[in-house]
Amino acid sequence: MGLRKILDDLEPLFSKGGRLHRFEALYEMVDTIFYSPADRTRSAPHLRDGIDLKRVMIYVFLAAMPVAIMGMYNIGLQANTALQAMELSGIGGWRGDIIEMLGIGYDPDSIGACFWQGFLYFFPAYVVTMVVGGFWEVLFAIIRNHEVNEGFFVTSLLYVLVLPPTVPLWQVGMGISFGVVIGKEVFGGTGKNFLNPALVGRAFLFFAYPAQNSGDAVWTAVDGFSGATPLALAYEGGVDAIMAAGVSWNDAFYGLIQGTIGAESTIACLIGAFFLLYTRIASWRIMLGCVIGLAAMSLLFNTIGSDTNPMFALPWHWHFVLGGFAFGAIYMATDPVSACMTSTGKLYYGALIGVMCALIRVVNPAYPEGMMLAILFGNVLAPLIDYFVVQANIRRRQKRHA
Amino acid sequence: MENYLSLLVRSIFIENLALSFFLGMCTFLAVSKQVETALGLGLAVVVVQTITVPTNYLIYTLVLQEGALSWAGLEEVDLSFLGLITYIGVIAAMVQILEMALDKYFPALYHALGIFLPLITVNCAILGGSLFMVERNYDFGESVVYGLGSGLGWALAIVALAGVREKLKYSDVPDGLQGLGITFIIVGLMSLAFMSFSGIQL
Repeated sequence: MGLRKILDDLEPLFSKGGRLHRFEALYEMVDTIFYSPADRTRSAPHLRDGIDLKRVMIYVFLAAMPVAIMGMYNIGLQANTALQAMELSGIGGWRGDIIEMLGIGYDPDSIGACFWQGFLYFFPAYVVTMVVGGFWEVLFAIIRNHEVNEGFFVTSLLYVLVLPPTVPLWQVGMGISFGVVIGKEVFGGTGKNFLNPALVGRAFLFFAYPAQNSGDAVWTAVDGFSGATPLALAYEGGVDAIMAAGVSWNDAFYGLIQGTIGAESTIACLIGAFFLLYTRIASWRIMLGCVIGLAAMSLLFNTIGSDTNPMFALPWHWHFVLGGFAFGAIYMATDPVSACMTSTGKLYYGALIGVMCALIRVVNPAYPEGMMLAILFGNVLAPLIDYFVVQANIRRRQKRHA
Repeated sequence: MENYLSLLVRSIFIENLALSFFLGMCTFLAVSKQVETALGLGLAVVVVQTITVPTNYLIYTLVLQEGALSWAGLEEVDLSFLGLITYIGVIAAMVQILEMALDKYFPALYHALGIFLPLITVNCAILGGSLFMVERNYDFGESVVYGLGSGLGWALAIVALAGVREKLKYSDVPDGLQGLGITFIIVGLMSLAFMSFSGIQL
């Protein structure tokens, strides 16, 4: 119990009247990382349950782990396959130096080599996110006198997973700054925002620096290699074009395709989804709504058909495994703060996101990947959906008791 | 028919008057505190817009346009410089009629909208609708659809904003940003989400 004693000894310094009272938020942060806080709810409503925000956030963090690991492996795999095809000897730069130094090599068949190369892309971006985002988080906590919230762990991990691997690190810092400050802290911190902060940061980068965050050249970390994502390919020639590029449905399902750092592997997302649903952290209604919305909309597009746009014919089971749909539906859309609050509303909210995702993917050539903007759009309309659900309930009850 | 449908979708989502042109901001920011009032105002804008855009279209093509007065033997006359003031006059008259109708039949809504109903007269979203109609050479059918669509788009935006603001009642905004400041930030973030439509080709 040495640590508890050290923390207890330090406590008077930070509590009211102590010399370092101003930095109480920092003490609180360190304390609650290691121990459950002793605070109890004092006023109604009371609920007897072991779950708190900290546990919720840690569970989501754990659930995103398979996605992150699979994603890192995939980045390395894509890069090493490209290197082999282009007959290059290495990726160069400081990452190349580290790979050289540790003797990891560039063998696309070696799981280790692929994973560690991917790790060299994921980890620096994650460190920058934690340092820059954490700085804002702590700064606001100290000045505005609220607690540093565990929600940032989830935000930071999800944010990194939806970035392209080649994004410059200073842009990573810019994006998370925008996401944390404008997307969350100006509203008062976790639980008081209305958009998902990770997505706000990603959208900021997407619109502010399109050259480094979209297009065909950013998805594989090899200079001079240009590989379109399957969704961009589908826009050119439908399923045939994806198949022609050597991507099968199974590849897309396992996530071995061009794309962001971690949002491509549907199977890893499904593992996370089972965990989140089993622990009842995420709402099954939102996930179901997304699936129904996307399937219905893509079937509708299949029926309408189009001579000029082959994307209309992309079947729904391809929509599910391509791009960030599974990742967005499972980790992003279910964010309890920015989603709908009512049970019925959650279904509509999910369906809206699914429909929007298919709509943006199919009819909007500017954004082949639709999930990010679809969720942001869902976030904007979520309070309104809640409002109408509540009004409908009130009317129904009035009728019943009339 | 397809032409009208795509125009309707375009004017509601892609060329949303509030969130992609930032027109009608004064009422947009001022009357978006409650969903209920926002719904009322949105409805009023839809009605006014659907009436004024086609009316202005008729006035433009039958009177103001160059050569429009040829039936009176005045082929050289071009009155289009009077456009701006005429449109404003038409809008003012329409709003006045709407106001009297609301006062008579929906007094609750009339009182809820209060000062903001006359303000629709000088709402740039309404005038903007008529000016876009002239600039883009819509015909009569198109101007009806465009009036309806742009009104619906503006109504959707203000109701969504009101929903967000009702939700954010429980937020803890820094002192310097409270009120209008945070509302501007919300509107900016909302138009970020509406960017999902920009670039759609219909």
